[in-house]
Amino acid sequence: MSAIMKIENLHATIGGKEILKGLNLDLEEGKVHAIMGPNGAGKSTLSKAIVGHYDVKITDGDIIYKGESIVDMEPEERALEGIFLSFQNPVEIPGVNNAYFLRTAVNAKRVHEGKEELNAAQFLRLMKELVNELGMKTEMINRSLNEGFSGGEKKRNEILQMMMLQPELIILDEIDSGLDIDALRAVSEGINKMKDGKRSFLVITHYSRILDYIQPDYIHVLKDGAIVKTAGAELVAELEEKGYAALEEA
Amino acid sequence: MPEKELDRAVQGEYKLGFEIDIEQDTVPPGLDEETIRFISRKKEEPEWMTQLRLKALRRWKSMEEPRWGHLYYEPIDYQSISYFSAPKKGPESLDEVDPKILEAYDKLGIPLEEQKQLAGVKVAVDAVVDSVSVKTTYSEELKKHGIIFCSISEAIRDYPELIKKYMFSVVPMNDNFFAALNSAVFTDGTFVYIPKGVRCPMELSTYFRINALNTGQFERTLIVADEGSYVSYNEGCSAPMRDENQLHAAVVELVALKDAEIKYSTIQNWYPGDEEGKGGIYNFVTKRGICEENAKISWTQVETGSSITWKYPSCILKGDNSVGEFYSVAVTTLAQQADTGTKMIHLGKNTSSTIISKGISAMKGQNIYRGLVKIGANATGARNYSECDSLLIGDRCGAHTFPYLESKDAHGQVEHEATTTKISDEQLFYLRQRGIGEEDAVSMIVHGFCKEVFSQLPMEYAVEAKALLNLTLEGSVG
Repeated sequence: MSAIMKIENLHATIGGKEILKGLNLDLEEGKVHAIMGPNGAGKSTLSKAIVGHYDVKITDGDIIYKGESIVDMEPEERALEGIFLSFQNPVEIPGVNNAYFLRTAVNAKRVHEGKEELNAAQFLRLMKELVNELGMKTEMINRSLNEGFSGGEKKRNEILQMMMLQPELIILDEIDSGLDIDALRAVSEGINKMKDGKRSFLVITHYSRILDYIQPDYIHVLKDGAIVKTAGAELVAELEEKGYAALEEA
Repeated sequence: MPEKELDRAVQGEYKLGFEIDIEQDTVPPGLDEETIRFISRKKEEPEWMTQLRLKALRRWKSMEEPRWGHLYYEPIDYQSISYFSAPKKGPESLDEVDPKILEAYDKLGIPLEEQKQLAGVKVAVDAVVDSVSVKTTYSEELKKHGIIFCSISEAIRDYPELIKKYMFSVVPMNDNFFAALNSAVFTDGTFVYIPKGVRCPMELSTYFRINALNTGQFERTLIVADEGSYVSYNEGCSAPMRDENQLHAAVVELVALKDAEIKYSTIQNWYPGDEEGKGGIYNFVTKRGICEENAKISWTQVETGSSITWKYPSCILKGDNSVGEFYSVAVTTLAQQADTGTKMIHLGKNTSSTIISKGISAMKGQNIYRGLVKIGANATGARNYSECDSLLIGDRCGAHTFPYLESKDAHGQVEHEATTTKISDEQLFYLRQRGIGEEDAVSMIVHGFCKEVFSQLPMEYAVEAKALLNLTLEGSVG
């Protein structure tokens, strides 16, 4: 096996309070890893630490991505290197056209990879195709970024961006929260389409519902700032039944 | 985000700060009756104009500089300013315009040779350097439509009836301290007359350049749109980077007769001074238009320059069913201060006005919106919509909103919305997580914020405005 990311003894604080306390985690190339755990365990802090969010201060340990430490890299550099975060609560940016934003992002990545930029026509063809596939309204293309979007529309828009940007490591932070069953299905189909045996996924979730749609290869239980248990998909059923508290005795 | 990085992202660079190396004729500093007579003589003005100027000077001397603006600056010594400066070479035809001036305008992106303009996009330009108009393009072609487009100095000599009828009719010479000063010493500017029923076939524009040292620029613009006519007019400006403050006190008067429409756009890019507030243009400007029945005046301004801006483009909605609009983006960064807004005076029945103001403050910039909506006793059915939004970048800047409402008609419909937002770390981070660099992310958010105003500008100017905004707010990349 080869690991796309190795997190080693990671200690991280938010506002001076230590949240991650020596977390170790290996993410395998081409696999789906699910992180489960109770509220306040540090799940969102972990995703923020990986993408370089300004709230999180890393005090010890390292994050190795494709063989190199990324803890000192700017957020945009990490993104250009293929790390994508689907935000739990995507922020609204008034007046910024959704298509214009996404084309800027896609072309920034293409330039970084030494590819030619997509022109407006090429880009729109691709975007429209995916918008239809995700069951989004065509008008979303020209709306302001996330402005006035419903919870479901925001999440679909995140998945749209993921599919356009073709990242290598995809972090899905509570992707299923606030989704009705149709939206959940559309979003999961989008994610499953991205599985190609090379791309890796880190699915962060409080509930197991999403894992019925996206089959995980590994389940990691995060508790009090560290991974306390790693197992195969069968762990989901056990957690459903006994809850996180039962792990104390395990 | 650390303050330093933000500052780097927003301190921009003033790229038009060069000096045109030409010989200039400059009158020594000071202001008295003799100065006025000198200017009048230089401009070969008729005696009636000289007398009006002298009257304005007497009015000005009895007035006091307004201090109600939310602006802080050292008192201006009006006797230390030179009130007239002109390039020495006479500008009779394009061949005679000093090549250095042509070169300078090329550098500013404003070709003065008609054939140099892009095919299909004709823009007629009046180029003003310090106190004189050096060149007006397309005058002949416009004449065929009966349109007058020339410098105000020429208009005073050639069209005295129009000047006597309309000059001071919208902004009286004693309207305010700076308008009175301008009325006494105004040097050049543009005159436009669109005859009845004519739709001006091209964009008209004036480009003002302050060049000489210790000189004030006092231009005066008068646009008259006769019944049922239409014109779109644009002004731009820039100045060299100097350590001394320079005064710019202009007056603009617009007259929109029955069923006429005037669209007036400004891209203001005077030198803003440095981070400590040293140097830069003091921009004290009076702009006002009057609308007769069914007429419409629309002001759009993008204010990025000047160390101090004091400016309230206004509309007097005199005729029934007339419409006034004000769209503004004002950016203050470095140590710039802007106190700007509009006045919408509703006098006629069913008059309506719209105010969209976007203030952006960064570094130590201070941005003030000051607006008045006044609804007269006879203005039944008057409506106003105002929206004033402020965007703050960083922690050291400020934004203030002073909306005033005076309504004598209980049925007037006035809506006012105001918001202040800080450019949020969460928005910046979202864009950066998608691989968009920090400067591009700031610019994307700012452009989004200004969208409603930019969409009002003629296309080629919208492109210029966006580029200018980037330049003002971003360190130049690469």
